[in-house]
Parts: sequence; structure tokens; C-alpha cells
Amino acid sequence: MSKNPPNYISTTNACKLCTPLGASLAFKGIEGAVPYLHGSQGCATYMRRYIISHYNEPIDIASSSLSEKHAIYGGGANLKLGLMNVTQKYRPQLIGIATTCLTETIGDDVKSLLCEYDKEVQGEKPIMIHVSTPSYSGTHMEGFHNAVTSVVKALAGRDGEQDMGSGVINILPGFVSPADIRYLKEIAADFPLKATILPDISDTMDGAAAEVYEKIQPGGTPISAIAAMNNSVGSIEFGHTMGKDSSGVLLAEKFGVENTRMPIPMGISATDNFFDCLSRLSGLPIPEKHQAERGRLVDAYVDSHKYIYGKKAIVYGEEDLVVGLTAFLAEIGVMPVLCASGGKSGKLAEMIQQVTADVLPEQPQVHEGMDFYEISEMAEELAPDLLVGHSKGYPLAQKLSIPIIRVGFPIHDRMGGQRILHIGYRGAQQLFDLVVNACIAKKQSDSPVGYSYM
Amino acid sequence: MELLKDREKQIYRTGKEPFALSCDQDSLAGAVSQRACVFCGSRVVLYPIADAIHLVHGPIGCAVYTWDIRGALSSGPELHRLSFSTDLQELDVIFGGEKKLKRALYELIERHSPKAAFVYSTCIVGIIGDDVDAVCREVSSKTNIPVIPVKSEGFMGNKRAGYTAACNAMDQLIGTGDTTGISPYSINILGDFNLAGEIWLIREYFERMGVEVVANITGDGRVADLQRCHGAALNVVQCSGATMELAQIMEDKYGVPFFHVSYFGIEDMAQALYDVAEHFKNPEIMEKTRQLVKEELEKLLPKLAFYKKALQGKKAAIYVGGSFKAFSLVKTLRLIGMNVVMVGSQTGTEQEYRELAEITDPGTIIVDDANPLELTSFLEEQKVDLFVGGVKERPIAYKLGVGFCDHNHERKEILAGFSGMLNFAQEVYSSVMSPVWRFTYQNGASRGKKSNITIANPNE
Repeated sequence: MSKNPPNYISTTNACKLCTPLGASLAFKGIEGAVPYLHGSQGCATYMRRYIISHYNEPIDIASSSLSEKHAIYGGGANLKLGLMNVTQKYRPQLIGIATTCLTETIGDDVKSLLCEYDKEVQGEKPIMIHVSTPSYSGTHMEGFHNAVTSVVKALAGRDGEQDMGSGVINILPGFVSPADIRYLKEIAADFPLKATILPDISDTMDGAAAEVYEKIQPGGTPISAIAAMNNSVGSIEFGHTMGKDSSGVLLAEKFGVENTRMPIPMGISATDNFFDCLSRLSGLPIPEKHQAERGRLVDAYVDSHKYIYGKKAIVYGEEDLVVGLTAFLAEIGVMPVLCASGGKSGKLAEMIQQVTADVLPEQPQVHEGMDFYEISEMAEELAPDLLVGHSKGYPLAQKLSIPIIRVGFPIHDRMGGQRILHIGYRGAQQLFDLVVNACIAKKQSDSPVGYSYM
Repeated sequence: MELLKDREKQIYRTGKEPFALSCDQDSLAGAVSQRACVFCGSRVVLYPIADAIHLVHGPIGCAVYTWDIRGALSSGPELHRLSFSTDLQELDVIFGGEKKLKRALYELIERHSPKAAFVYSTCIVGIIGDDVDAVCREVSSKTNIPVIPVKSEGFMGNKRAGYTAACNAMDQLIGTGDTTGISPYSINILGDFNLAGEIWLIREYFERMGVEVVANITGDGRVADLQRCHGAALNVVQCSGATMELAQIMEDKYGVPFFHVSYFGIEDMAQALYDVAEHFKNPEIMEKTRQLVKEELEKLLPKLAFYKKALQGKKAAIYVGGSFKAFSLVKTLRLIGMNVVMVGSQTGTEQEYRELAEITDPGTIIVDDANPLELTSFLEEQKVDLFVGGVKERPIAYKLGVGFCDHNHERKEILAGFSGMLNFAQEVYSSVMSPVWRFTYQNGASRGKKSNITIANPNE
């Protein structure tokens, strides 16, 4: 199915980010949480800059700000000082502590240091959650998932006092947009069913203007809701490429909460699957409003199918996003010719096969561990009609003079990345219109005639 | 706002107490500093050298977060816009990354035929102890191009240490090229990074004066220019933090004198040109300079008058990387009628802060190595209309309902030079005077009630 891609030693224009960035974003989806990086100062600042440029929201990530002497003698003292300062200034409910390659390599034992801190420091202390995120191992997605798992491991079933009522469904959406999370909440409310969505960046990374500046942006999954996730009737976990120790698996193994893993629901087939699952877990019918949205989407697919049939697409980004996008593109008649990711789960090709086998006449090339140099090289031969992925593919789209459909993270060259809707019938509708109109626009601008309607 | 005790000494309010401010320290743990690290300092300085490869030796993060992030333009090759990394993996960390570094260098040099290669050490390289110097020497001898290690391990100090690392790296290139044919009326431009094409504008000014520019250091920079730049008669240094040490090295080694300039604002821009003309003691150059400044001001001043009238009395806060730029900004904002009520930087020196305290009005807050919560409280306390800073400062301004001007690496507008002054005024105006502030809640607006912000009419 797949040719071997060139195997270069160096990486040029990576198609992945580092683990602590993913962990920081996951922690941002918890109410009252402050992400904290145990490492040197630069990591936190670089990631803040990178994240701000996409969401246009403040993101305060604290740091141990380690210097040379700490690298030699250990960063414990600075970790404790940093935690005290964050506690004093932000009054957080939770501090999510992610390590960096520096502290992983010098061998700081963060777990013991946190135990020491707990004994040494008197007074009110936020919950401390630690996740190991050496950046030489995995991508931002491993960091993201591992942070969520650490939170669930530490909090679910913790107090026994939580009562969210019966029939709660856990939704573990992975790394999707604030708009996606808002839409998930709307779907849950429409059923109506109670859902605990973890993490929830819908407000924290896409906040409303307010009169008072909050030190920690309001919103995020309430800690009490996380603590009660062990009582839920089931979990729905988006994505297949994370490891066996995902939060959904953990809740299943430790507390017997049924876990359903599914690809990120992108396109009709995947979204049907998602709604069916919600319906099954809640015992409620799919709300009419969403049935109608599905109907309009089918109508739109039919109206526009001819503009896009057979168009060749290169899809890149996080593995699970690539799977979702590929399933969607395949079902509307676009031919994915290369599915590429910087991640290396070892499962990408299998997942692509699973979601497209019944619709694609020919499987696309699927490659993990890719960078944009390799993608560009393969693109020369593949001659795609469009790119689908985050904004770092723009130079390639420009070189090939083809449209790029901006999805996922980061979107650094357009406004509104935080408001892109990817999932569900509504997300599919928006992406579909984008794809169709990009193809029409290309045809229009390439034509000397100046057609004023297509 | 309650300050962290360890931060109090890094904040000073002009007017009451005698000047005292501590700076150039490691950032306080947990304070959420706006600073980056040693790697960042060296990367921003060397980044615009466009015909070299910049290989980041370490795990992927450091390389990917600095991929094409500056608006530093090149008139030719664009190798600097590519993000090269050794992308170290767990096994490399255990067994050492030297082999991978060597192979990556050979691969990239063969692929791109660069004029030089810079190899940046990241935190982890300092810990696992790769002998980067030895690898660079070996690759250099086999490929016949300079392969230069940049000692930029993130934890080895703050951003200023990165400037030193960058200057030391450039020092290895300088003095190796042929200097024949260089005019006695020649300069190097240090500390301009050609954001949005600024160095082209500045070069044009010098060329109109009859002064030859040997090397751009580093905006639109070239390896060969750096190699022969010791043949220039003078180093003109902007952004003192970043390239000051290189100027000092060149004076010590090659006897090239230097002085400071700034290209921001009318006053400093004109002074920069006059200082250079003065240095050469050539009446013809001086006459051309006078002519140039006169022509530029005749075009600019009538246009600026409008902005000055519209922005009169508005309050501004500044938080930038190097405090040297803050001086020009204070003057520039005054020129368009605004009052500066807060100035801060990531890497200022005591002397710079002292001088800032002297030129600002009483009650101005001077701050070193600030963080989001401090900046938020200062902006609220001083009720500012405009915040001048970089990307990390932008959401702070906007969430507070305050206008913003990006004066950092990512901007796409020329803000230096005489025409840059007009762009700056326009940009400030377009943010401060936007009608959108009529909806933000801080300005007294609510649903059904717009705030009473006055919008000036540009045509009046």
C-alpha cells in the first residue's frame, strides 16, 4: 500500500510539536488550573507564544526557570519555590506539572518532590498533578493524552462525595477546538443528557470579553465532575492512536466504566456512529434538530458533489485528526493520496484502512514520522489538488499553487483558529463548504473567462 | 495588586524614592516571566543570516517553535526560514547525539550547499555532554564551510547570555574574508534584523549619504559579508543588548570603532545619520545627510500632525525585549502626543533603566522581567490607551480593552526610519481609535449602551 518514504536523518519543518505543549493545553481545559513546566524558562515562553498566536487568548504557563546550578544539583528547590509562587499569585484549584527534557534527563524525581512539598508547606494547597513529558519521546499528542490520564488517575473516584446524578456520560474528545467542545455541550444539552467533557477548553481558550480580567480564565471541566467520572454510565473516547493507558481505558479497568473508542467524528459516517453511541448510552433518541442537520448535510453533499469528485488531497497533522479528516474526505469523493503525521503510533495506516476501506477504490499512502520536507518531496509526484491540515502547510500550498483547507492546530496565518468547527454534522457541513468553495475558487481564478456563477 | 516579595526590587516608580532597580537576574520560579532562554537570545540574533543553515541540536520543540517566526526578510536565499532539527529521541539521549548530529550536518550541507552552518545546543545537549565543538570541526574540515557551534543551552543563563553566544559564533566568521576594495567611508549595520524590510530602508539612507554598507548584522545577512566586515571603517550598533558584544570584540580585535544608534522615531533616526556623517568628517557626506533629513521631514511632518492631534494626551505602556528600544519608543510616543506611563523590558541593564527613569514623567512604572499579572495590574492602574509589546503581551492588552502595537519580531510593517515613523503613528492610531472599544466592558459599555469613546475623523 505504502511506498517507503525517504528516510532522512535530519528533520526539516517538523509536523509535530513537543510533549509538554500538549500537556499544557490539556491542563488548560480543567477549571481553575494553571499549567506548570518543570524546566528552564524558555520552554514555557515559547509554548505560550505558539499557543497565543492560534487562540488569541492569554495562556499563563508557569516555569521552574531552572538555571545552570539547578541543572547540576537538581531542580527540586526551584520547583517548590515556583509552586509556592504560583499558589500565592493565582490561587489555583489545581497545578498541572509537566516535566521537560531537561528535568527528565537530570533525573528530578517530581513525584517525591511533590510529596516533600506536601509535608513541608503548610496552609491551603492546590491539587498537584504531575505528568512525565520528556520532549524526546512522542509528540504533543502523547503529552496531551498523558496529562488527561494523569488527571483522571489522580482525581476520579477520589472523594466519594461527588454526586453528579445518574446517567452521566464521559466524553474524552482529545485535542479538538473550543468550537468543537461547545458543540459537544450543545449536543448533550439537546438530548438532554449529562456529560462530563474532559478536557474542556471551550471557554478557557476562547474566552468572552469581560469587565474584569480573571487571573485564571473561567471555564474548564470542574474538578468535582472529574472526581465523579468513575460513576458514569460510559465513556466515549475520540481517537485510536493513543496508547493502552488512555483515560477511557483507565476508567474502564479501574472502575468498570464502559469505554467506547471511536475516530474523531468527522463526516456523516463517523458522526452517525457517535450519535448512535450517545443514544445507546443514554437510552434517548437522537434529537430532531440534529437529524435535521444531518439531512441538510446530505443535501449539501449532493448539491456540490461534482465540484470535488476525484480531487486529490494531502492530509497531514496529528494522527487521529488525519484519520478523521481522511474518513470525511473519502466519503465526499475527494481522494486522499497521502496521509502524513509527525506522530509515530504505529497505528495510522491500519486506522486509515478501517475508516476508508469501504469507500476508497485505492488506499492512500500513509506515513508516520513525516516532516514537511518529506511531504513536499512526495507532493511533487502526487500532484495534489488541495492540502488539508494546519497552517504550517501553507508554504507547500503556495509552492504548488493549490488551496489549503486550514483545520486543527496551529492556525497562525488566519484569525479564528479557535472557532473552526471540525466535528459532527455541523463541523462536516462547514468543512464541506470550505473544500467545495476552495475548489470552485481555484477553478474560477485559474480561468481567464471570469465566470460570475458556477 | 500584591507583588511576589522576590519581585519587588525589580519594579521602580519614578518621582518619589531615589532610583533603585535590580535586573539581569535569573527569572523567578513560578512568576510566569515573559522571557525566553539562552537559545532564544542566540536564535533571534543569528536567525536572519539567510545563506546559512541553522541546525537546532535537540528534541523537536526548540526548532519547531522558532520555525519562520520572525519577519526577517532576505533579498536572496531563504535558508533561514527553514527549521532544521536533529529531533533527538530517547535512544539518542541515552547513547549521545553526536553521531546523529554529524550525519544530519552532512545531509543538510549536501542538500542545501549553504555558505555556513550554525549548530545550536539546547538544554539537553548540555546535559548529555555531546562534544558539539569536535563534531563541528570535523564536518567543517570535510565540507570546507564554516560549521559553528552556538553555545545556547537554555538553562545556562537568561536571554542576554544567548546574545553573547551569538556574538561569539559570529566572531568565528569575522576576519576570514578579503577586505580589498572597501571604501574608507564604510560601515556595518549591527542590530537591525530586517523586519518587514527595514534594513533596506536604512541602507538606502546610508547609500544616499555616500556611505558604503559592508555587512548587515544580521538582517538580510550573508556569511561572506560577515567574513569581511572587519574591513569596514565603523560599526553602527542598534539594539545594544543583542550585538553590543560583537562591536566590542571587533574594536578590540580589529580596531573598528562603534557607537550606538536607534532608527526608531524622527529624532533618533536623524541623529543616527548625523552621527555617522560626523564620524567621517567629510563635508560632502554631511551635506548629503542634511539634505536627506530635510527631504524626509518635509514629507513626513505634515502627515504626522494629524496623528499628534488625534492622539494628544492618550496614555501608553511599553514592554519590550531590550530596553534600548524603549528609549526610542518613549520619545516616539511623545512625538505623537502620547504620555508613557509604564516602561519595561525583559533584558534591560541597570544603566538603561536609570536613564529611562530620568527621561520619563514622575509616576511612571519601570519594570524588569515582568509577568502577565504584573503587566495586567500596571495597565489597569495607569488606565492606558495603548500597550506596545510583542505577541505575548497582545492578549493582555486586548482582554483589558486596550489598544496594542506589535513592536516585535513578527510584525510585517516597517516601523524604523522616517517612513516607519508614519507607519507607527498609523498603527497606533488604528488601534487606539478603533470603534470596537465602544463595546468593551472596561470602557463603561454594556448591552444597550456603548461607551463614549470619541472617534476622530481623519478628514477633519
